[in-house]
Amino acid sequence: MKPIIIGLVLAISSFSFSQNCNYTFLGEVKDFHDGTSIASATIYIKENDKYLMSDLDGKFKIENLCTGPLTLTISHVGCETKTVSYTINNDVFKVISLEHHLEELNEVVVNSHLKTEGTSIEQSINKAALEKYTDKSLGDALNSMSGISSLNTGSTIVKPMIHGLHSSRLLIVNNNVRMFDQEWGDEHAPNIDINSSHKVEVIKGANTLKYGSDAIGGLILVQPKRYVAQDSLFSSTTLSLNSNGRGGNINTELIKTYKSGFYGRLQSSYKQFGDFESPDYILTNSGIRNFNASARIGYRTFEKGFDAYYSVVHNELAILKASHIGNVGDLVAAINSREPRVIEDFSYSIDDPRQDILHHLAKIEAYKRFQNLGKLTVQYDMQINRRKEFDVRRGRFADTPVVDLRLFTNSLQSNLHMDFLENLKLDAGVLFRYQQNDAVSGTGANPLIPDFDKYDASMYLIGNYNLNATSEFSAGTRYDFTRIEAEKNYNLTDWNDTYNYDELFPQFETNEIDNSEILTRPEFTFHNLSANLGYAKQFKNNTSLFVNYGLATRVPNPSELFSDGLHHSAARVEIGLLTLNKEVAHKVAASFEKNNHNFGFSISPYYKYINDYIQLIPTGITTTIRGAFPVWKYNQVNAQIFGVDIDVNKKITEKFNYKGNLSLLQGDNLSEDIPLTHMPSTNFINCITYYNETLNQLSIGLTHKTVLQQNNYPDYNFYTFDPVLQEDVFVDISSTPPAYSLFSFNSSVNFKAFKTGTLLLELNIENLLNTSYNEYLNRQRYFANELGRNINLKIKINY
Amino acid sequence: MKNIKSKHSIKLLALLFVSSLAFVGCSSDDDDHDDHDHEEELITTVRYTLTNGTDVVTLEFQDLDGEGGADGTYDVSGPLTANTTYVGEIQLLNETENPADNITLEVEDEGDEHEFFYTTSISDITISKDDLDVDGNPVGIETTLVTGDAGTGSLTVELIHEPTKPNDGTSASAGGSTDVEVTFSIEVQ
Repeated sequence: MKPIIIGLVLAISSFSFSQNCNYTFLGEVKDFHDGTSIASATIYIKENDKYLMSDLDGKFKIENLCTGPLTLTISHVGCETKTVSYTINNDVFKVISLEHHLEELNEVVVNSHLKTEGTSIEQSINKAALEKYTDKSLGDALNSMSGISSLNTGSTIVKPMIHGLHSSRLLIVNNNVRMFDQEWGDEHAPNIDINSSHKVEVIKGANTLKYGSDAIGGLILVQPKRYVAQDSLFSSTTLSLNSNGRGGNINTELIKTYKSGFYGRLQSSYKQFGDFESPDYILTNSGIRNFNASARIGYRTFEKGFDAYYSVVHNELAILKASHIGNVGDLVAAINSREPRVIEDFSYSIDDPRQDILHHLAKIEAYKRFQNLGKLTVQYDMQINRRKEFDVRRGRFADTPVVDLRLFTNSLQSNLHMDFLENLKLDAGVLFRYQQNDAVSGTGANPLIPDFDKYDASMYLIGNYNLNATSEFSAGTRYDFTRIEAEKNYNLTDWNDTYNYDELFPQFETNEIDNSEILTRPEFTFHNLSANLGYAKQFKNNTSLFVNYGLATRVPNPSELFSDGLHHSAARVEIGLLTLNKEVAHKVAASFEKNNHNFGFSISPYYKYINDYIQLIPTGITTTIRGAFPVWKYNQVNAQIFGVDIDVNKKITEKFNYKGNLSLLQGDNLSEDIPLTHMPSTNFINCITYYNETLNQLSIGLTHKTVLQQNNYPDYNFYTFDPVLQEDVFVDISSTPPAYSLFSFNSSVNFKAFKTGTLLLELNIENLLNTSYNEYLNRQRYFANELGRNINLKIKINY
Repeated sequence: MKNIKSKHSIKLLALLFVSSLAFVGCSSDDDDHDDHDHEEELITTVRYTLTNGTDVVTLEFQDLDGEGGADGTYDVSGPLTANTTYVGEIQLLNETENPADNITLEVEDEGDEHEFFYTTSISDITISKDDLDVDGNPVGIETTLVTGDAGTGSLTVELIHEPTKPNDGTSASAGGSTDVEVTFSIEVQ
């Protein structure tokens, strides 16, 4: 054996010695993006273990090369090191491109000040902070930020609100997919598992054009993690247990990454809570059952890559039993009573009324970089949302959902990020989206929103220009085409007389009339134009200034157009209007920030003017066989919302830190010169933390939050005749609950476990003083108090 | 070595956990097309029939197109006779179906989850409930109405879903949610 090998080696070496060794390799090192030459790049020649440097023009020369392989490793400060191989059999000239955007390749370092867009006004929550909310919702996690509040239905349905705006006025983008999960509804919470995300960013300013033209309130970006290209296997499991609701959450994730750039992640979580408790009573039927799973695989290198993602979220939400009411008399009884009308023993069961929502989201994204141009990304995504709402019903409908909607959305989009110019970066994109809503039959009830098909086509162009080393300017514009084709039965009397649609929209009528209902086919086409401008300037001492202007346009959503009927949990008849126009908003926001560990702050004032703001307000009373109901109609007014968000952080001593924020906001209905309804009141948060790195990273914190009473509210109270009492009774639906203050305690400690793993233990107490309170922005405030004290224990193992 | 092995098995277990959950989580979704639902639970008609021999008085509320649309109509066939005992029977119908759906039967079947309440502003009238649910509490489909002296006023009929039973006989004490609430103008002569 040995002689054969020796012979082989001899043969090979003699072969190579016989080669011509007079070839010359000429190389030029260039920047991948703009093609400029890179001087002083280090070139390592593997074959003869030598180093070279590129000259001022980025050029280098290797002489006296023999026939055979040549392997070069080129490195430069701030660039990704690149290894290239050639087979030499002639004189050659090669251009070698280096990538200087190193941060694009590696994991984004956890840094709250790293912005998605250079000029945008935004805040973010990183993974560590998100993990505190493992058994809560996205809305709960965001609620602690300045300017962010939430519109709740009980304690498990939490809709994020930015500057008093929510639902269709917020864009929620999950893994670069815009969420469509019947988000128009006030009691429809986003179907996102907070455990599947790595970072959540909230863009309050105007840099939202890439995702949509209708972000009147703002944008919430739920971001996945970028993995480092290295061979590793990482898992973690978090268990969270709570006293209130006697439930918790378990989340497990497994991440595998490869040096080649491939990566994969599996994650799953299960959550269950029984009836929650307010300080004085059990909130009967307020539990939740929730299952989530997500899987992602991908490949990332500098030049090309792909990412495929799938997630499923299944939510079963119990709705407070006492909130199911029959008519306005029941509502009055609920408002005037100090306790919910149904209080039963603790139970894990989820009874009617309840919601059962299943949301699938899948996407595949691929990108390729082109030299002297930029990065082209193409993405296809689809979502299926099935929403079933079960009400307390009679007889054969007892187990049939009263609302059953299936929304299918799919979109194809493409973005070209052009970075070949030194100071100007451009993003151009197109998007096509098709959406189908199916009001699934068999509910035995008029569908809340009808069957419809929706078509969207959009394009945008966004530019970012570096004026100089410390200032940046951005501008963008977007056009959206939207077409809605719906099919809906209207009550004939309403169609002809109440709304006068027979004269306004004769083209929507069909000749099918059945049971005093007319079948109609409403069709709408909208053209939207939106734009933004941004400016950012850095000053000395880590201070910076951001100024944004945005023009946003929103098409009326299905409930605003098509609602007509009784909304049980609100005891009101809600009526949409086919005559609604699109909303057009002008937003101006600024932010003055100082990013510093010892003392930092941000002061962010904003002003929004919204033309044709769509709102739902009471207009009268109708009498039905169930008794009297207030009628709420959608109408349009001109509105303004303005305020300021203030954040402060201060290092008190080496181990004590202070953080606080304050949100001030006012919303006005300019057309009627009254306040806007359901605007968040002034609130502020103070938080003191003790942190000791050497003592197992022990952290102890005390947080205080005060929400003041909202004194700016429109008075929509009314009187209704109670036929049983034979007198008029006052229906106080508008008055706001008093101010409240809550304290919470949190602590955590980190241990080494196994050989390389870690164990994190957390003990938290929410509503420390077991305060009884009501929140204005909770739709169930008429029926029950908010949650009482909760003791939470979390265990997280990384292995 | 042992450590590495156990670490691997933990990871394997984690993987198994995740994938089993993922399988459990998948469920089939049924689907349909272009079928339009309409209100099948609707109550269009409340009819209270009071009988004393040949003296029959009906109180009827009818709203054929349900909530919204045209307003409902009230029809009282005539005055009640003073100092008379009537046998009362309530009927709830959905007259958009053909033949009309008798909702009273559903209420009767779920008698323990329902109760009718009758309230009148004429103090001389007394109404008692003559039927019982499985628990021995009144339902109020069958009633006896006794008139006193002549007078005019109103009579309100309520159907409460999931009331507190037993209660003190007033709808206010029963809680629940209101499925029916209609008020008739009546006269005793």
